[in-house]
Amino acid sequence: MIQWAGLVVFLLTIFVAVPGFVAASGRSDLYYTLTSVALLSIASAGVWLTFYIGRINIGQGAFALIGAYVSAILVTKVGISFWLSLPLAGVFAAAVAVVIGLPILRLRGVYFAMISLVLTQVVTLTALALPVTNGAKGITSIPLPGGVSILGLTVIPDFATLENPRLAFYYTACVLMVLTFAAMYRLVNSRLGHLCRSMQQNEELASSIGVNISYVRVIVFAISSFLGGIGGAMFGSIAQSVYPSSFQVADSVNFMLNCFLGGLGYVFGPMLGTLVLYFGWDLLFELGRFQLLAYSSMLIILMLFLPNGLLSLRLPGKKESDK
Amino acid sequence: MSHLLEVRHVTKKFGGLTANNDISFNVNENEILSVIGPNGAGKSTLFKMISSFLPTTTGEVLFNGERISNLKPHVVARKGVVRTFQETTIFKSMTVRESIIVAQHLRARASLAGYFWGTKTAHEDVDSFGQYADDLIEFLGMTEIANEQASNLPQGNLRALGIAIGLATDPKVLLLDEPFAGMNHDETMKMVNLVRKVRDDRGVTVLLVEHDMPAVMNISDRIVVLNFGEMIAEGTPVEIQNNEKVIEAYLGSADDEIGI
Repeated sequence: MIQWAGLVVFLLTIFVAVPGFVAASGRSDLYYTLTSVALLSIASAGVWLTFYIGRINIGQGAFALIGAYVSAILVTKVGISFWLSLPLAGVFAAAVAVVIGLPILRLRGVYFAMISLVLTQVVTLTALALPVTNGAKGITSIPLPGGVSILGLTVIPDFATLENPRLAFYYTACVLMVLTFAAMYRLVNSRLGHLCRSMQQNEELASSIGVNISYVRVIVFAISSFLGGIGGAMFGSIAQSVYPSSFQVADSVNFMLNCFLGGLGYVFGPMLGTLVLYFGWDLLFELGRFQLLAYSSMLIILMLFLPNGLLSLRLPGKKESDK
Repeated sequence: MSHLLEVRHVTKKFGGLTANNDISFNVNENEILSVIGPNGAGKSTLFKMISSFLPTTTGEVLFNGERISNLKPHVVARKGVVRTFQETTIFKSMTVRESIIVAQHLRARASLAGYFWGTKTAHEDVDSFGQYADDLIEFLGMTEIANEQASNLPQGNLRALGIAIGLATDPKVLLLDEPFAGMNHDETMKMVNLVRKVRDDRGVTVLLVEHDMPAVMNISDRIVVLNFGEMIAEGTPVEIQNNEKVIEAYLGSADDEIGI
């Protein structure tokens, strides 16, 4: 019961209380921040899932960049609706993940982490070199998402005609985030999640009971990258531009840190981690040149004292994946 | 009796070192067969090749006439030949019951997507996994520790958990990796009875690799003896005890190994 209550409070907060607060205080810049948090948490959720099969993934920036480019190219050059390009961006990122994942997912521990760290740079360089991505100039002036109507009923309004596209993006990002984490929760508590846990704990034993571990690994990596692609595509649409530097190695590292900070044992860890990390960085802005020092010291202290993440404080009403 | 498992001229070379040289023997349906030998005789290597955790250099292993060597471990498990590990190889942060539920992967009828969407088959599967786990836990006498986390269990229970995980896959042949290693007399006798019970009540054929002589003599229908990678004898416990080559191998290798 307490879980359902928590869910209702959470939904009311993001869909009613936050827009209400912004309207009352007039701080519409909060929309941009919170939209970013929602989208980054989607990509972080993907990273969290690769942690769940025992792989340290520092390459999510690569898939976010791929998603952003695929969506931008489909919208500007092919001329299809953004709403169609969004899932296609995710699927394309997932397809790339399958091709890359087949060889590299055999690696474990720090070896996989190192290879994944390279991926972001590889995608950045590829984007610089390919004609279709327009090199360093990137893709700019991407139109805002158009409207969608079914049987004459407007399901999604044209963002360009809206008075406040920021609010629209905020709602879109929140809906996507809620869908992502609902799916993650379901996945982790379904058979695939159980198999992931068995592989995380012992791959040899998992294969001895008949689990096709290379297949499960690739599936999970593909889902992870799908989420990265979706997050990246949304970002590109909000910024209305994509550059090779839109997602960098530092972003990939942040995606991973979000998971660590929130807690690797909790499905909702990446969401909390992203929120705290994003706002934490901004709040330390006042410290000027000491910002990075204070920020990294706090991260180290957090990891020392809460190695299982913020959610391991076990606040009442917080949902746990492993119970 | 038919040959359920056939090891045919299996050889394993690591560079210039021959770990197993031309090993051939059969395992009959419903028997307990032990592979023994002094340290470094090549028991573990042979065990890994039978479960396809290592490829053979030459030769093959057949199960019901089908080749099972040089495949992926999960494919061999799917055919019904399942190995256990020594006690450190468990799902540490799962309870006994959770481990057994996960290990029933091969009994799953719904697809992974089916479990995600919660189809009818998936719900039936989940119910049946739980039921099967409870039955198995009772069969193995693990009711009291069913909800203990594996990492909190003592060594003896871990070994039993390993066998439980193997059994949860509903195997035809169970390959046990040193099930009695490091156990005292009482624990060993308990384990001997457990393995017998598995064979008698579940009709599972057992092939085990072991060090502990008295236990092996007690439990085995037949024994295969390896020494320096060569198979030097095969027969019933009585035959093996009186086999000169075996006595020589053990007396000549290490004094503390004289358990015959």
